[in-house]
Amino acid sequence: MIEFFVQPFIDFEFMRRALAGCLALALGATPVGVFLLLRRMSLMGDAMSHAILPGAALGYLAFGLSLGAMTVGGIVAGLVVVLAAGVVTRASVLKEDASIATFYLLSLAAGVMIVSLRGNNLDLLHVLFGSVLGLDDHSLLLIAAIASLTVPALAVLLRPLTLECFDPAFLRGVSRLSPVAHYGFLILVVFNLVAGFHALGTLMAVGIMILPAAAARIWTRSLGALLACAVGIAFASAVAGLLLSFHADVPAGPAIVLMCGLAYLVSLLLAPGGLLAGRLPVRKHLES
Amino acid sequence: MLRFDNLTLGYDRHPAVHHLSADIPAGSLLAVVGPNGAGKSTLLKGIAGELRPLGGQILVDPAARATLAYLPQRGDLDQAFPISVFDMVAMGLWREIGPFGKLRHSHLHRIEAALAAVGLSAFARRAVGSLSGGQLQRARFARLILQDAALILLDEPFAALDARTVEDLTATLLQWQREGRTILTVVHDFDHVRRHFPTCLLLAREAVACGPTAEVLTEPLLARARQLSEAFDEQAAVCRREDEEHS
Repeated sequence: MIEFFVQPFIDFEFMRRALAGCLALALGATPVGVFLLLRRMSLMGDAMSHAILPGAALGYLAFGLSLGAMTVGGIVAGLVVVLAAGVVTRASVLKEDASIATFYLLSLAAGVMIVSLRGNNLDLLHVLFGSVLGLDDHSLLLIAAIASLTVPALAVLLRPLTLECFDPAFLRGVSRLSPVAHYGFLILVVFNLVAGFHALGTLMAVGIMILPAAAARIWTRSLGALLACAVGIAFASAVAGLLLSFHADVPAGPAIVLMCGLAYLVSLLLAPGGLLAGRLPVRKHLES
Repeated sequence: MLRFDNLTLGYDRHPAVHHLSADIPAGSLLAVVGPNGAGKSTLLKGIAGELRPLGGQILVDPAARATLAYLPQRGDLDQAFPISVFDMVAMGLWREIGPFGKLRHSHLHRIEAALAAVGLSAFARRAVGSLSGGQLQRARFARLILQDAALILLDEPFAALDARTVEDLTATLLQWQREGRTILTVVHDFDHVRRHFPTCLLLAREAVACGPTAEVLTEPLLARARQLSEAFDEQAAVCRREDEEHS
């Protein structure tokens, strides 16, 4: 038992690094995912993750497989898309989802073209799918630093962001913090996607954000419980995914996201109000 | 307290409120009535500062402007959000506690009192998503109570509510008036207006009449309001009224 669950982490440094990286992602990226879900922007997180590709690719084109260049490139590209989409949303008839979609499609096409101009398919695979089992010191520090920035930033933004999700018109009426909450949050999304893309790649970075959040939402009724539950599910899925990858010799990134997905499907089935509960006999109702 | 000076509000140059001038003294309980499309909601939006006038101006007492409370017709409140009724109502204290302030004991008592005032004490711990339409409107009123505003704008607060709820929320309105607050409410039910609102603004893009309710809600004036609101011309010419006034 211990052999199966603990020994891989004791024996192999790359497993410990992967574990640390996933813990940081669960603490930072997953709470951001919870707010993406609550803001009904789940799919936009996905779009944003594609938007950071050309930045990372340009960094790669200029400096080779350099962590710093690809990170800075990814963050810049993500912020440009967020701001451009924000401007378009305010200045045109297009809604936010449409304006983000247009920019991310442009961005993704540019990214794939840049990557294929130089470099081989292996590099493209690295950018698209990450390398959670190959995290070096710098990548790990970067992921940890972004998580360390995200948690206090979310704590500061918590009240305005909650109101911005729940009742934006009211927030606009009583304070000027609405744009601060909106853009502050989108910046956090970009940073955490960049952190996630080093471990899981641009395609699956959103997986550890949205899937645990969706699973936790089914079980919980308060925001605090939702955040705690989502972080727990994310970390447990990451551990399970790493072990699956180790013992079954499958790629780690997809294994982690699949485990998050499994947690979601099980929640969907078992949770109160889930698919199974609808088939059970109705419980006795209360007096009032 | 509140003055409209030759005010024109609208969308894409088409006026929804046209050359409105009126003076609303502090402590008024004013019903804003008129046919659909008469500019009632637009007027409230304008006062709340969500819409820039196309002409003229809105003069609001600066102290009242700072605490203004506005209840839009269709709040874009997300009822699926995991939040309790208590927390939602507590948001009414935003201007006092801001994004970081702590809820003190006095605040907690005021939240409980506000919930009790709208008859939602038993629902404090329930999720907002479990409230019915009328209960949600009561919760929005409780939040308004906590906002402690000198000027309160309500856009059709009684739409689709049962008689009992309308009565309870009207009592809250009358209580606000006794406390010296100024209240503008869009209402459609003329009987309700006659019973509870001392003053009334009849709007059909232009002000048809403004004054004591009994003098405003008369059949000739209402007929004139209906007539005025019927024409909305896509090809309308540029309004020259201002130029004429200046010459």
